[in-house]
Amino acid sequence: MRDFLGRAVHRHDVQIGAIVLLMLAFFGMLSPGFLTLGNFADLLETYSVMAIMAAGLLVVLISGGIDISFEAIAAVSQFLVATILVRFGGNWFVAFSLAGLFGASLGAVNALLIYYLRAISVIVTISTMTFYFSILMFVTQGRSIYNLPNWFTSDLSFLSVPFPVMVAAVALVLTLFILSRLTIGRQIYGLGGNPEAAKRMGCNIVGLQCFAYGYSGFMAAIAGIVQAHRVEEVVPYALIGRELDVLAAVVLGGASLAGGIGTVSGTVLGILLLAVLQNGLTLLGVSSYSFGLVTGVVILASVSATAYTAKRQRKRSIRHAI
Amino acid sequence: MPSDIAPSPAKVSAPRSTSFPLSDPTITMLGGLIVVAAAIFSALAPSRFLSGDTLRAIAFQMPELGILSLAMMVPLMSGGLNLAIIATANLCALVMAAILTHLIQPSTPPLIIAAVIVLALLAGLVTALGIGSLTGAIVAFFGVHPILVTLGTMTLVKGTSVLATSGTVIGGFPPAILFLGNGSFFGIPVSLMLLILCAAVVAVILSHAPFGVSVRLIGSNERATRYSGVATEWVLVGVYVLSSLLCWVAALVMMARFNSASAGYAESYLLVTILAAVLGGVDPFGGFGRVLGLLLSLLLLQVISTGFNLLGFSPYLTAAIWGITMILAILIALLRDQWLVRFLRPSPAESAALQTRNPEP
Repeated sequence: MRDFLGRAVHRHDVQIGAIVLLMLAFFGMLSPGFLTLGNFADLLETYSVMAIMAAGLLVVLISGGIDISFEAIAAVSQFLVATILVRFGGNWFVAFSLAGLFGASLGAVNALLIYYLRAISVIVTISTMTFYFSILMFVTQGRSIYNLPNWFTSDLSFLSVPFPVMVAAVALVLTLFILSRLTIGRQIYGLGGNPEAAKRMGCNIVGLQCFAYGYSGFMAAIAGIVQAHRVEEVVPYALIGRELDVLAAVVLGGASLAGGIGTVSGTVLGILLLAVLQNGLTLLGVSSYSFGLVTGVVILASVSATAYTAKRQRKRSIRHAI
Repeated sequence: MPSDIAPSPAKVSAPRSTSFPLSDPTITMLGGLIVVAAAIFSALAPSRFLSGDTLRAIAFQMPELGILSLAMMVPLMSGGLNLAIIATANLCALVMAAILTHLIQPSTPPLIIAAVIVLALLAGLVTALGIGSLTGAIVAFFGVHPILVTLGTMTLVKGTSVLATSGTVIGGFPPAILFLGNGSFFGIPVSLMLLILCAAVVAVILSHAPFGVSVRLIGSNERATRYSGVATEWVLVGVYVLSSLLCWVAALVMMARFNSASAGYAESYLLVTILAAVLGGVDPFGGFGRVLGLLLSLLLLQVISTGFNLLGFSPYLTAAIWGITMILAILIALLRDQWLVRFLRPSPAESAALQTRNPEP
């Protein structure tokens, strides 16, 4: 039992979870409105779009790459789907299928460019982000779509669980299932951990990369649809510029930029950490202008602490070896 | 940098010369692309593209992005990245702007104005030094990946700017400051001179100073550099301090051009600076790159944007073309490397002949 606890204390998601619990207790004591069901429903609903995107980005990070283009993919798919729905009508199934198709295709383009141009993923996805978003702005001239169909914008909460939260839950469970139960998920961990070894094991590298980036695009497009449902309009530039926020949440959750490391539970906790912090500060009456400052300190403290522990453990293991 | 997978054969780099710029394939390629782009625009809009106005527009627009790209290039050469450059430049500009606007009244005598300007410049410099040392220290002594650290410092620094200004704009500076952004000296914009000065300093540091050599060595192989006796931690701190100091210069140019400072200026430049540096031949894994290549890539991007502007295209289309240019440049470099490998590798018959001529002992 003590051994189990000793090991649990060193796990990243346990540490983040403990910090989240402490914050919940802290804000709960200071502000009476914080620990209420209504507040939590709001909080989850607000961060559900981010959670769906984070699920996709997590898979790319585990595969050893990085995706900067997913918000642009979300914006493009959102616009395409909304245009089709407004012109031809449709239903939720059509909306999600189309969004998934557009998102996965745009994401797979990233993977093909990265593989065949042997280019680094940051550079390729920055280029495609610039390209996708600029073309979208060129075509739309920045005009929004307001006349979305009624079925699309109507409230779909079930047992008072908001629709975006349901989609986010499905997305996270699906990601968990793929990463932990399917061969392709385990292969993606292998690819991120050691690409050369994965190649020699016979993994189809280009296929795995297409899946990872395609999945990121797929989730981004789904998130785009959910966001359009939430705000009842499609604004071409509404999503862009928040790529690094989502990246921060996933990294807070313990995913490594070197690849091979990352969990769905950690990602959920990373998002919860940011969500609880910002929501708690709002309820305490702290100005929303201070969020950036606080978030920055949290990111710096978290990544420094993680790296420092890793460094110390490495030194200890070397000393043991000697 | 995340570990990307290159299919076999292993990545082969073209030979990189440090002696003569024209023998560097990246420089030749960029020069060629600039000539092609300029020729196309001259053919499409002969009277307007080949004019003094076009040159002046390019000369006034390049410095801002150029100095920021230099600030991105230095960490890239060390195998890192600085996502906080825009936020740093904005905070420096805000600190200087706050001092200038609070201490200078219309009735202030000129001598005091000069003193206040010096004070403001120093305050901006100290801000940049502080941010750079913090970033560098976390990268070097905790061993955190630069993307993560600078993601944090970017959020923190921008958060500080937003909190301090509540999202407002601070404006109205003395003419001496405005001269930096809009003035000319013998027909050459002062801001362009600042860019050239910064570029020259960075070029000399990177290619001739011991510090610069250490930076490039760290970019190639950090551990080997440390084992060969270089204090890599302090060099890394220096990298981010130098990057932040360049942001301070960029802040001056930005303040002068906009006659104001805010927490949110020039944010769209962040990713463009990475594009410009990589297009200019800076290896995103670190170790290789030339300032001349960066300047040429900036010129290429600026020629494309000015030309499209003259032809009446939307600025969004220009940005889309920038993205495609980047992909194309990667493609050209890849094809060139493959061609060089085929060209340089002797055929089986040749190697057999070599073997008989120089028998192995």
